[in-house]
Amino acid sequence: MSEPASVHHDHGAHDDHGHDQSFVSKYLLSTDHKIIGLQYLLTGMFMALFGGFFPYVFRMQLAFPGLSVPFYGVVSPTEYNALITNHGSVMIFWVAMPVLIAAFGNYLIPLMIGADDMVFPRLNRLSYQIFALSAVIIIISFIVPQGGFGGAWTAYPPLSANADYNLTPWGSTLWLIAVAVEFVAFLIGGINFITTAMNSRAPGMRWFDVPMIVWMICIASILFMASVGPLIAGAVMLGFDQNLGTHFFDPKAGGDPILWQHLFWFFGHPEVYVVLLPATGIVAEVITTFSRKKLFGYKTILYTAIGTGILSFFVWAHHQFIAGIDPRMANVFTVTTVLISIPIAEMMFLFIGTLYGGSIRFKPPMLFALSFIALFMIGGVTGIPLGASGSDIYLHDSYYVIAHFHYTFFPIAIIGSFTALYYWFPKMFGRMMNETLGYVHFWVTAVTVNGIFIPLFVLGAAGQHRRIYNYNHFAELSTPDLQALRIVATVSLVIMLLGQFVFLFNFFYSMFFGERATKNPWKSCTLEWTTESPPPHGNWPVDELPTVYRGPYEYAVEGRDEDYWPQNVPN
Amino acid sequence: MIERLVLPASTFAGDIDFLFWFIHMMVGGWFLLVQGMFWYLLFRYRYQEGVKSQYVTGKEKHLKRWVNIPHALIILCDVAVIFFAVQVWYNVKQVLPEADATIRVVSQQWAWSFVHPGEDGELGTDDDIKTVDELHVQEGSTYHFQLESRDVLHSFSVPVFRLKQDAVPGRVITGWFEPTKAGVYDIQCAEMCGIGHGIMGARIHVETAEQHAAWVASNKGS
Repeated sequence: MSEPASVHHDHGAHDDHGHDQSFVSKYLLSTDHKIIGLQYLLTGMFMALFGGFFPYVFRMQLAFPGLSVPFYGVVSPTEYNALITNHGSVMIFWVAMPVLIAAFGNYLIPLMIGADDMVFPRLNRLSYQIFALSAVIIIISFIVPQGGFGGAWTAYPPLSANADYNLTPWGSTLWLIAVAVEFVAFLIGGINFITTAMNSRAPGMRWFDVPMIVWMICIASILFMASVGPLIAGAVMLGFDQNLGTHFFDPKAGGDPILWQHLFWFFGHPEVYVVLLPATGIVAEVITTFSRKKLFGYKTILYTAIGTGILSFFVWAHHQFIAGIDPRMANVFTVTTVLISIPIAEMMFLFIGTLYGGSIRFKPPMLFALSFIALFMIGGVTGIPLGASGSDIYLHDSYYVIAHFHYTFFPIAIIGSFTALYYWFPKMFGRMMNETLGYVHFWVTAVTVNGIFIPLFVLGAAGQHRRIYNYNHFAELSTPDLQALRIVATVSLVIMLLGQFVFLFNFFYSMFFGERATKNPWKSCTLEWTTESPPPHGNWPVDELPTVYRGPYEYAVEGRDEDYWPQNVPN
Repeated sequence: MIERLVLPASTFAGDIDFLFWFIHMMVGGWFLLVQGMFWYLLFRYRYQEGVKSQYVTGKEKHLKRWVNIPHALIILCDVAVIFFAVQVWYNVKQVLPEADATIRVVSQQWAWSFVHPGEDGELGTDDDIKTVDELHVQEGSTYHFQLESRDVLHSFSVPVFRLKQDAVPGRVITGWFEPTKAGVYDIQCAEMCGIGHGIMGARIHVETAEQHAAWVASNKGS
């Protein structure tokens, strides 16, 4: 006897286990955390096409100023500004955030803590829908009359607040709306991650049995929620200044443009750690699995992450040393900024310590995880001369800054995401990625990144400032030597971008034609590897939800035949 | 290291170059040490047939040392960095030495205008010399500058001086410099200020006392 279909839908999200669903309800309106994770992942990858194409255009303009860029055309100053602004915005808000936090957070948290779904599945769906809306708005902002917003991703007023100055009335408003809407999506998502990790852990899973990436995503979500409030308030004020004639940031009417900088960077600096921490969590999972080692100092790593997170709220004004703030304040922020090197260096030492005594297998995910450590170290040490107020006078707003933060953000957002994709791809799609293509992709990416950013360190030290579309207007910067460095960086970038097609091919080809994956292809200990690849709706059959007996990294325990001891195996 | 790329042409340029050099030597040493350890471990503990990994928790005293000692050394290095950084900052930004002359620097989309004191050496008098996109200063004299903006944020940056200061509309920000080498150098706008940001340059003419006196005399009444 068949029941009418409508009856099922009244039971709510979880009652449709095992029922045939249409494509729309299964993939677009799903409340399943795995589908939502994949939605975030694919949206993030789609946005990365914009985020990756923009630097191709503006780097070509810098290497060959004034020439027509293939697949684009001649770059005007207005377009140049819009390209750099939106490269930054898209990469951070629509690539790093959705992929590192939302995609892997959604996909992995319930699986790694042994839950059947997030605690708020519908809120989760709403989070993605709001995020998708924000992505649509930012894309529309590129093509409105007068072009996209070009006031840099930091959107300092009065330039961003007044269309008479920025000349992009539509672009700047839409940019601001898109960013604000995106924050709402991640606030909702963050609440979900934290609540789920607190309440839905498998029986037996104590706080220190939680895999590091789950911790990291939760800490990142807390940092995000604690820091984003001021910026949302600031965004509303800036939106009012743009469109309603208020003067919060307008000095002509008694407002203060520096106020925005405080609101922005009070969010903006913790934001760095919001994306950093999930990436370090990914690295922790991968290096333990592929070196067959327990994490070296699990609790210490956790404390360094929390310490970094707390410190990150007290460093924001190092972005404003020379912005016109009271010069005495710079001394305080130099101290806090330089101190952040302590927990972060400690964390890197502990990751390296994890390799000690291991049996290291250099599979593609492991290579990416190791390159994260090697490259992030460059980003870390070059932060010191910027955090030190004295040398920042010279380096502020120079290409040295660009090279520094790309040596942090590139390992975080790009290398970190690739690490996770290569590692969890078999779980997500039930098939293995091609290893040879993975190696090709790895070496192209990890080598060319240095070809792009090492020249930028030199250019920055030579006094080249940011956000300038043609250096021929400055006598000291138009020398052939400096131009040669710009060309090296651009050529490296083009090679890197071409290398990403290898990945895209591998990703989509393997999704359908790759070798079938087993439940646990990497012989890993955490819970997501105890279910089918890909996991069914509900993750485990209802009566087989896992129970946890030990920590997540019990590799090479003495006296056992196998070199790994999964969390859910009683003995 | 910077001095090999850009001439140091102010009294504090050398201090900033030293700080940059000092920090890079220090972090460079750390970087090589840690990378060396990293690559050594990768090689030493690569997968080998029949060799099992060790069960290490990170609580072992003899292993924890390898993290704790560097950790303590980093704190020491941080103290050194902070000491030199604050010292340089204090001299360049926090105190104003006695000035020989004061100039006014006015930024706007997308040009620099400069007001020089004329022969009387005082700003705000009739013989002030106003210029656009070129600033004339005398070698060996200490200048105060009063930085203003007419519209959006700009940043007054003179790479050869290692000097940079944002201009904020509605405020007058005072700073100082003392040029040490005669020559003509770039002034760049270092803060995004709109479409013309990429062409917002000017030139600073550092002149010897005679040259500068001649320039002032030739601009009398302008």
